[in-house]
Amino acid sequence: MSFNIIVLAKQVPDTRNVGKDAMKADGTVNRAALAAIYNPEDLNALEQALRLKSKIEGATVYVLTMGPARAAEIIRESMYRGADGGYLLSGREFAGSDTLATSYALACAIRKLGKVDLIVCGRQAIDGDTAQVGPQVAEKLGFPQITYAEEILECTDKSITIKRRLERGVEVVKGSLPMVVTVNGSAPECRPRHAKLTLKYKKAATLSEKQDAGADYTDLYNAHPYLTITEWGVSDIEHDIQWLGLSGSPTKVKQIENVVFTAKESKRLTASDVEIEDMMIELIANHTIG
Amino acid sequence: MNFFNDNPAIKFQLSHPLMPKIVALKERNFADKDKFDYASRDFEDAIDSYEKVLEIIGGICADVIAPNAESVDHDGPQVENSRVIYARGTQENHDALTQAGVYGITLPRQYGGLNFPMVAYVMSGEMVSRADAGFANIWGLQDCAETIAEFASDEIKSEYLPRVCEGATCSMDLTEPDAGSDLQAVQLKATYNEADGMWYLNGVKRFITNGDAQIKLVLARSEDGTTDGRGLSYFVADNKHDHTVLVRRIENKLGIKGSPTCELVFNNTPAQLVGTRRMGLIKYVMSLMNGARLGIGAQSTGLSEAAYNEALNYARDRRQFGKAIIEFPAVYEMISIIKAKLDASRALLYETTRFVDVYKAYEAIEAERKLTPEEKADFKEYLKLADALTPMLKMFSSEYANQNAYDSIQVHGGSGFMKDYACERHFRDARIMTIYEGTSQLQVVAAIRHVTTGNYLKMIRDYDAQTIKPEFTSFRKRLQIMTNLYANAVARVNEIKNQEYLDFQARRLVEMAGHIIMSYLLLIDASRDTDDLYRKSAEVYLNFGEVEVRRHAAFIKTFEVDNVDVYKVQ
Repeated sequence: MSFNIIVLAKQVPDTRNVGKDAMKADGTVNRAALAAIYNPEDLNALEQALRLKSKIEGATVYVLTMGPARAAEIIRESMYRGADGGYLLSGREFAGSDTLATSYALACAIRKLGKVDLIVCGRQAIDGDTAQVGPQVAEKLGFPQITYAEEILECTDKSITIKRRLERGVEVVKGSLPMVVTVNGSAPECRPRHAKLTLKYKKAATLSEKQDAGADYTDLYNAHPYLTITEWGVSDIEHDIQWLGLSGSPTKVKQIENVVFTAKESKRLTASDVEIEDMMIELIANHTIG
Repeated sequence: MNFFNDNPAIKFQLSHPLMPKIVALKERNFADKDKFDYASRDFEDAIDSYEKVLEIIGGICADVIAPNAESVDHDGPQVENSRVIYARGTQENHDALTQAGVYGITLPRQYGGLNFPMVAYVMSGEMVSRADAGFANIWGLQDCAETIAEFASDEIKSEYLPRVCEGATCSMDLTEPDAGSDLQAVQLKATYNEADGMWYLNGVKRFITNGDAQIKLVLARSEDGTTDGRGLSYFVADNKHDHTVLVRRIENKLGIKGSPTCELVFNNTPAQLVGTRRMGLIKYVMSLMNGARLGIGAQSTGLSEAAYNEALNYARDRRQFGKAIIEFPAVYEMISIIKAKLDASRALLYETTRFVDVYKAYEAIEAERKLTPEEKADFKEYLKLADALTPMLKMFSSEYANQNAYDSIQVHGGSGFMKDYACERHFRDARIMTIYEGTSQLQVVAAIRHVTTGNYLKMIRDYDAQTIKPEFTSFRKRLQIMTNLYANAVARVNEIKNQEYLDFQARRLVEMAGHIIMSYLLLIDASRDTDDLYRKSAEVYLNFGEVEVRRHAAFIKTFEVDNVDVYKVQ
């Protein structure tokens, strides 16, 4: 039985380690100053996909990412951990996409992939924090969706049972395949790179990367087709150009403000357990901690 | 964080001029490249592969092993129903490394290994030890597989080696209550059973690191009626027979608490003979111990690295008298000396490992085909070099790990005495390193013949002939003077022709040779290095070693045979 899993993954600037040059004067993110990393919750999603792959015979895991040429790194990272391969959707037509245009482009690419049983992705990316792309892809493909997944409890060829992490507890739900699942950061961390897979796939490259690398390894790529990462441009997917890139993106940034904390809020508590407990409840409730 | 990427001094060693030779020998001119999809294709590809895998291990060290170290030290392993249960963190560390497929790093690919040279393995050991010196034992015991690969039958190799690559744990079961440093006294009995062709082990082993391992290599007396080393053979026992091996207790130790030290009772445990009978101690355990001593070199260097980092970071942050304490000469001198001893350990560690790599590769090739006379001569030369440097490395690196851990606490002041800082754990963990796998005193016994035969002096003259940066010429002159002092001291001790006098002065002589060799290695590294990673340490270490050499030279010069008597105690 074939079981095709697609992981949607995004290369993002590492906003967890923000230095003073993180923003440009015009208020946009200075991507050059921040390391490009695998979006953390997409790694949680990849782990869920790889666990399913080891449980379901014949299952495959391919990664789909949209981004500039260097985003091929995301696909290699996935292959080092056990993914079978991936697709890079790239081109200037996709530039400036908001979540609507991104999910449109991704949905067009997924349609081209043929039979897909399960799509998993992170709940949200750390650069935009919108959590919209996964659900929008599901809507565009007409698939059901389960969000905030923490663990895939069971998966057959027809249905999937998932534990969701919600604000005040967990919920177990079952849905029919094909399906889009967005994975929460509380799900198990992704496995490390595997040594042998890393050595096997370290030279995996897209066509444009191979052209940059020179002709030294032509024989290698000819002998090992798995070293070629599929790269799709706008002409490779069926699309309506008006829904792509900037023209397909109704979101406009109006203004960006720097928030500077000027005063420290302080509260005085007595050393009683009751007051400390009340404080903890308050801090958890307003998301200061937890 | 990544313990490989954040430490260019390790990566630098991969660019050493001997590496092409090591890689070519280890890879048999890249014979595996069409047989295994992860095999290297050429030299650059091989080095890139080492770096990629070391980066994986460096990541696990920083993200998993180091954060677990404190709780592992606190919780330690437990014994339940005569079996060892690792501390939670220890199990996590082991699982992460297993999942990353990095065990079996030096084993041949046909058994599932990565076929990396010892240089890469030693780098991994150094990083793991920096993260948690106690866990470095569990990682390092994959050395055992090395002796299986070298000496066991194809059948045993096929049975055990793939399991090591999949994360099966190993132990080397040598020590007994009455056989510590003197392994010839081993009593554990091995009896051959004609009916099933198996050997059966009976007896007690003590102080066995990771004693409840899945694959146990056991030194046992196979020859009835013998009392010395020639009656001992080497066996491998599988944990499927674990009901016959009971863990009677685990020791409560000063340091490396995460590494379980077991007392084992073997009760008719089935085992297979490794290699030939009677060669257990003489050949296989000697080989195993040499590998283990290299491992302690890596462990000690990793610990020195950790101690250095703790001291440096604390001294930068801690302010007293209106400034950071690192600005005070008394503190910065201490930190520079820690660094110099660390870099000297590292330089000697990788020099030794390169020599081991070359001779081991020849050894493996010799098992496949006859070596040419030139290859044979080269093999013997590198074997001799490795043999000369291994005990020197074990002694110096472990002594320096202790001195560095001690000084690291000193830099921390009162805070360093508290459990709140990692330096107290480093101090406790370091303490065993000058003791196990042969005490420093026994390393001197192994090293002294390279003093008396002139091997060290010849090596020193060869180092002196190497090209160095012109700016280091004055350093070389000082080293030449130190070498003369050493040669004179050796000549004097040799002339006296008194064994006890030689034994008495042995450590001083080995230390003199060591200071000179490490100073040269740092000078050569500093000359090759364009990023000034080693330049400062080369000078600081020379200043330090020069005084030590002069001190020993002065002592030996005026010390007569009769003067030994005053030290004798009854």
